[in-house]
Amino acid sequence: MTKAALATLTLATFVAHQDFWLWTSSEPLWFGFLPPGLAYHGAHTIVSSLLLWLFSVLAWPSHLEESGS
Amino acid sequence: MIEASFVFAYLGFVLYIGIFAFRRGSRTGEDYFLANRSLGSVVFLLSLFGTNMTSVSILGSSQQAFSQGIGVYGLMASSSALVIPVTIFLVGTRIWAFGRRFGHKTPVQLFRDRWEAGAIGTVIFAAQACLLVPYIVVGVKGGGTTLNAISGGAVPEWLGGAVVAIVVMGYVFFGGMRGTAWVNAFQTTLFLGFGLVAVFVISHGLGGFSNVVERMLADPVLKPLLSREKMSPYVFFSFMFIPLSAIAFPHICIFCLTARRMESFKKTVIFYPLCILAIWLPCVFLGTVAASDAAIQAAVRGGSGDQVILLLLKQHAPHWLAGILGAGIMAAVMATDSQILALSTMFTEDVFAYHGGKAAFGERAQVLTGRLFVVVVTIVAYAIAMSTRQQIFEIAVKYAFTGYAALSPLTWAAVFWRRSTKAGALACVMVVAAGLITVAILESVYPSPGAIWTLGEGPAAFPVLKRVSTGIVFYEGILPVVPLTVVSTLAMLLVSLMTRPPSGSTLRRYFEIGAHDKPPHQGTHA
Repeated sequence: MTKAALATLTLATFVAHQDFWLWTSSEPLWFGFLPPGLAYHGAHTIVSSLLLWLFSVLAWPSHLEESGS
Repeated sequence: MIEASFVFAYLGFVLYIGIFAFRRGSRTGEDYFLANRSLGSVVFLLSLFGTNMTSVSILGSSQQAFSQGIGVYGLMASSSALVIPVTIFLVGTRIWAFGRRFGHKTPVQLFRDRWEAGAIGTVIFAAQACLLVPYIVVGVKGGGTTLNAISGGAVPEWLGGAVVAIVVMGYVFFGGMRGTAWVNAFQTTLFLGFGLVAVFVISHGLGGFSNVVERMLADPVLKPLLSREKMSPYVFFSFMFIPLSAIAFPHICIFCLTARRMESFKKTVIFYPLCILAIWLPCVFLGTVAASDAAIQAAVRGGSGDQVILLLLKQHAPHWLAGILGAGIMAAVMATDSQILALSTMFTEDVFAYHGGKAAFGERAQVLTGRLFVVVVTIVAYAIAMSTRQQIFEIAVKYAFTGYAALSPLTWAAVFWRRSTKAGALACVMVVAAGLITVAILESVYPSPGAIWTLGEGPAAFPVLKRVSTGIVFYEGILPVVPLTVVSTLAMLLVSLMTRPPSGSTLRRYFEIGAHDKPPHQGTHA
């Protein structure tokens, strides 16, 4: 169940990377200087980090550590 | 020359780190090639990230952003920030565990043992070695470019490349993996620290980022750079496949074996995307806003395409700060060290030791062979770097990244798929080799732009294959990495299903916890 949820989240993050709806948008600027296409992908990178945090909390392969030592 | 003197001081310091690591080493193969599998969490994260942060990240990204705009961040950075840590989490941890259990030092040792493959392992070694050389060339070429730009042209590119090659060769020769890891960790820290200073200084020099961006929005020529109007959605999608190459690169695979505990992977996968954000976003943004600077436009038209970020520094930072930041950029450029060490490790383990060299001449001779190989590889990479004119980004993407992305099914199948076979692995490698050779031939035969293969005629014609200025594309811009990865995966799957799997004892050792017998293929071949 957890693995399926993580796989779904990963797929959703992958799909969210293809932000065709922002393709030709150069405004409004985020924080007064960041174009939306760049700010969106900066935020996407932070979401990736959170996703990997979830991976390490919910699906850490501890059995490999035991078998590797 | 004030800036260049900072860079030379930096080069002297990293050389010292390598020699210091040499004094700490224990002269064994395990120590020279894998730092005794003893890297802690912080050094593991910083050095793994530093290994992946090459001249493509700094010089290539800003140069691409200068001409294509902000989309370059999504193209290469946010895609990598998702795909690379996920693959390190899923595959890297397994490579670490198998390496600990069975004593592997290279990916080919894993493949040979896992698939009971001798000669096929040699074929994989040859393919990996051929594809790694372009990546090394990128680093050497970037070194020459950087020193040339920082010194204001006083140090010619051939001399800059030679200095960087000699320094990298020096600390890899003496320090091995420990020296390389420490240097990479230091380089990453330096760049993360001073990169932030660079952004503020350049922002101030340009009159504030808000003002620059507003000016660009008002200019119909520059405005498209603030969106992705100049970028094909097909190319953007294709680049999602490129980061698959990371875990297939031998130097990343070997780096996964150096962690002391698997816990080290935890911090690495979480912080890896944030490190990408901290480095790539400023580089892409600065490269984009540099397009609004008339002096930089003139310099780029004059052939300084790879130097956008360096030109910005020289124009807007005081000499001493430009020197420190130049050293930081040099740090990223010199990430070629791990690739050189990986090639040396592969040669000494997969060829020298496998064919009886270690058994006949001992471990000290093996380490000496590895060191000599470092010298040979560096000289060859330097010769190639100085004789090619293609821009950094193109060289790296076309051959190394595309090839390794398409070879990634090997690594995934080895650690996850019990039914995979050595024949499937061979088919995968052959498909990749044939595909890359075909791409190279088509690029040299067909002029750009032009159709290569079109279905139908007139307005309803369907373009299957086209030659464009950057190379070969399918349909309206799908890069060769996509079909090549799909076909190599299919080759792995179908041929494996048609051939006999490895013996039950091998599968039990890999996939049933507790079956810890030593591998039959370790040691010598003869």
